[in-house]
Amino acid sequence: MQLIKDKQITQDNWVYIVDETPLKADYIIVSLVRWRQERNQLSKIKHLGLRLEPDVELEEIANDLSHFQLIELYFPVFTDGRAFTHARLLRSRYGFTGDIRASGDFMRDQVFYLNRVGVTSFELNDQENAQQVIQSMHDFSVDYQESVA
Amino acid sequence: MYQYNDKDQTLINERVVQFRDQTERFLKGEIPDDKYRALRLMNGVYVQTHAPLLRVAGPYGLLSSKQVRKLASIARDYDKGFCHFTTRQNIQFNWPALERVPDILEELASVQMHAIQTSGNCLRNTTSDQLAGVAIDELEDPRPYCEIIRQWTIFHPEFAYLPRKFKIAVSGAKLDRAATQFHDIGLHLVQNEHGEVGFKVFVGGGLGRTPVIGQVIKPFLEKKHLLSYLEAILRIYNLYGRRDNKYKARIKILVREAGLAKIRKKIDAEWALIKHKLELSPERIKEIQEQFRPPNYQLDAVQDTSYADKLANNADFATWVKHNTAEHKIDGYRAAYISLKAPDSPPGDCTESQLDTIADLADQYSFGMVRVTHRQNLVLADIKQADLFDLWQKLDAINCATPNIGKATDMICCPGLDYCSLANAGSIGVAKEINETLDSMDYVHDLGDLKINISGCMNGCAHQSVGHIGILGVDKKGVEWYQVTLGGSSENDAAIGERLGPAVSKQDIAPVIKILLEVYLEQRIDEDEPFLATVRRVGIGPFKEKTYATN
Ligand code: HEM
Ligand code: SF4
Repeated sequence: MQLIKDKQITQDNWVYIVDETPLKADYIIVSLVRWRQERNQLSKIKHLGLRLEPDVELEEIANDLSHFQLIELYFPVFTDGRAFTHARLLRSRYGFTGDIRASGDFMRDQVFYLNRVGVTSFELNDQENAQQVIQSMHDFSVDYQESVA
Repeated sequence: MYQYNDKDQTLINERVVQFRDQTERFLKGEIPDDKYRALRLMNGVYVQTHAPLLRVAGPYGLLSSKQVRKLASIARDYDKGFCHFTTRQNIQFNWPALERVPDILEELASVQMHAIQTSGNCLRNTTSDQLAGVAIDELEDPRPYCEIIRQWTIFHPEFAYLPRKFKIAVSGAKLDRAATQFHDIGLHLVQNEHGEVGFKVFVGGGLGRTPVIGQVIKPFLEKKHLLSYLEAILRIYNLYGRRDNKYKARIKILVREAGLAKIRKKIDAEWALIKHKLELSPERIKEIQEQFRPPNYQLDAVQDTSYADKLANNADFATWVKHNTAEHKIDGYRAAYISLKAPDSPPGDCTESQLDTIADLADQYSFGMVRVTHRQNLVLADIKQADLFDLWQKLDAINCATPNIGKATDMICCPGLDYCSLANAGSIGVAKEINETLDSMDYVHDLGDLKINISGCMNGCAHQSVGHIGILGVDKKGVEWYQVTLGGSSENDAAIGERLGPAVSKQDIAPVIKILLEVYLEQRIDEDEPFLATVRRVGIGPFKEKTYATN
């Protein structure tokens, strides 16, 4: 899987570990369900990431954020815009400074917005041309609103 | 009128490049249908019965003559010689080729226009009162706030993928001419007990399948908090609006299901966290207001005596003035409606040559500006009384002076089967039949103020549920039928029409309308009681009885 981080194409070290499978990797992303169930054990892991689905209530995990180096915002469908708010609040309200990653069904034409609300890395489908995706982050050189990035 | 600065222009230029690239990628098969669909909708491109439809934004309904000329040239060069004005003050072209839409956008960008967010599940064009700035019942001009909101909505990074479309309207006058209570957010400029002007905020109104009247969520919002409060509402909606069923995804359903009190609490809690960050400064408001300064009115316009002479001596002119012009806050001026409801043409349509003439008339008589009304007509807002007679003659020459504004034949009508792939009914044909039934102007005038709205399906693009008479096309086993409602209103006395009874067949709809009007004439106390008041006083009983007795 290709990854864009801070507008550069890089190697992805992180692995999302499906629930109830062994935690065999150095950089581990887990689901919220798993985090809740195995919190004590998971908090000992050095490089830990958390995958959030759009129906998450951010407030409920606000106090846990310090455990994670990465938050993955997973798009089940590209039309589900809740992640845009989540990214923005993670940055501006909850002070999360680690990597925020978009994954799943988002599309190139959304990265301009995602970048503005604070998403810093993007998992890409194999078909997508990473250079063009990076370029799309610069579709507009001006904007009207306050934002995070 | 607001003039783009470099930033505004850069943004729409970059949009043209972006949309061109998206469309080329789609045509090359690089973007799947469902994804391109979302992208094109956010640029006002629907795919319809014959061709794509392009909806161009008319920011709060205000257009310059230069922009109107551009619409004319686009109608000529890319379409079949006409365009359509919509109930949200936008402009639609029915026949452009998809490959050429980027070229049209480039043409539009050259006159500070665009089609950004005119469709799709995003923040839409903000609408307002067509008499903004000139109305005698106005507290303050709403347009500067519309422009502030326009800028905030354009490519808002957080709210580009909402559960459903989101519409905002602003009114600054006593009489709500912008149907604000039927918007996701409606804003009324009001004065509080300390004499300060702010906004009364309505939320959760909407038309379509489930018409709902907006409720007051904040009786008084200080101006400086306008954007933070909007942002709080949108954030709560984005997070909690339903995404499982598109018919339940509007904010009206969220408000209904959660209850106003609970939603208000959530919004207020969110607002408390952001209000200090997003304050609108008085300087910012002033800067935008500067762009809506009144034009250079001639203060001696009222001295003219020719107007009174012409009124006294030309009955047709006097009739037109009575029905198609409105009082102006400056003595000696009036606002003149351009009726796009001539009996023989589809409601809201305008040809390229009419557009060109209208642009010329705007330059000659009305400081080069034209407004679009939410009832699908146009307005030249600043006409000196001495010029009204000439203007009338010139409008008459292009079939735009039918003296029917706010009358029975000033129908709102959606494109229906003629263009729309969702339609059950040929709304335009129905409007034509009603027009043929009401062929005498004297009769139409005798009927007084009357709003007839006709939609070709449940989506209700023509606001049938708030028409004094609403007509809705329904499909019964492949045959067109019409559901009639009475007593709706989109003004201050907002109401949703009540169903008259079982749907009527296509051949019966025009005769039924005729019956309803006869019942009104029988039932009204006198000529001063308008149709809506009579319906409210006597109920639908007498109308129902007569309609179904003869059918
Ligand atoms: C032929 C092309 C058109 C199509 C495919 C179309 C489609 C739709 C659909 C699907 C809805 C329902 C949205 C909902 O319930 O949330 C809708 C609502 C609406 N449309 Fe159209 N429409 C078309 C043309 C027009 C025109 C010409 C006008 C203006 C005259 C218009 C004005 C509106 C308005 C005002 C609403 C309702 C707004 C509300 O629910 O608050 N549409 N349209
Ligand atoms: S009301 Fe229905 S038929 Fe008419 S334009 Fe809207 S979607 Fe089409």
